[in-house]
Amino acid sequence: MEQINNNVPSQSEIKETLIERHTKEVQQRLSNGKVVIAGLGGLGSNIAVSLTRIGVGKLLLIDFDVVDLSNINRQNYYIQHLGLPKTEALKRQLTQINPYIQIETKNIRIDEGNVVEVFQEYEIVCEAFDNPKSKAMLVNTVLEKLPNSKIVSGSGMAGYESSNEIKTHRTMKNFYLCGDLENGVEAGFCLMAPRVQICAGHQANMITRLLLGIEEE
Amino acid sequence: MKVNGEVITPLFPVTLETFLLDRNYDLTTIAVERNGEIVPKATYSEVKLFDEDVLEIVQFVGGG
Repeated sequence: MEQINNNVPSQSEIKETLIERHTKEVQQRLSNGKVVIAGLGGLGSNIAVSLTRIGVGKLLLIDFDVVDLSNINRQNYYIQHLGLPKTEALKRQLTQINPYIQIETKNIRIDEGNVVEVFQEYEIVCEAFDNPKSKAMLVNTVLEKLPNSKIVSGSGMAGYESSNEIKTHRTMKNFYLCGDLENGVEAGFCLMAPRVQICAGHQANMITRLLLGIEEE
Repeated sequence: MKVNGEVITPLFPVTLETFLLDRNYDLTTIAVERNGEIVPKATYSEVKLFDEDVLEIVQFVGGG
């Protein structure tokens, strides 16, 4: 078996390396950033990995589900995570990327009744559910009840249509929507890693832009 | 009236709810902005539309 390097770099070593890569000004903003990710499937798990890699300071990860074999074709989990809550499985991986960012988890189902309580301290909300009713519920409730929050959502990333159909749209002042807006699972398309990851990349980059104070799509 | 960038003239007077149902929208999977403001779901049946309104209707599809 290959030898695994267990020497965990120090916090300042990681910080300096990120500054070297991203510049001090950018890294300062990212390190001060906090983001809530609702839904840890193909979108949420990949978005969380991206944001952790660039050193976003605090993440709240929300999902009620456990890792299933059918998730592995697109979600950022491994065989070893099967049966674990997605919150825990993802947190374990993120800790391997950067052990010094703050990661909170909530193993709960989000509904209209708990959105304000759970999301109110986050100015950037990432909607990454799979069910269109849940997506609509979260977007509507955040826009109605949390006027200081911006929400970055995903809709339309199923199948293997052209990558270039997936775009970031600033649909409303505080609402960014990533995807092709059309290809959903209800139309009989499957969900596969490449296109889901493209959409996750759009969401992660829009969140990065917002953290850096850029509001254009 | 402008809907998702397209000029549409429904039969006025019409409420937002009727307008959406007439166009076969599933009210549980959409978000609607009217003149730059999100329309609270609970008010769809009370909101009256006018010819100068600008609507953005987002229909969510499944997958994530």
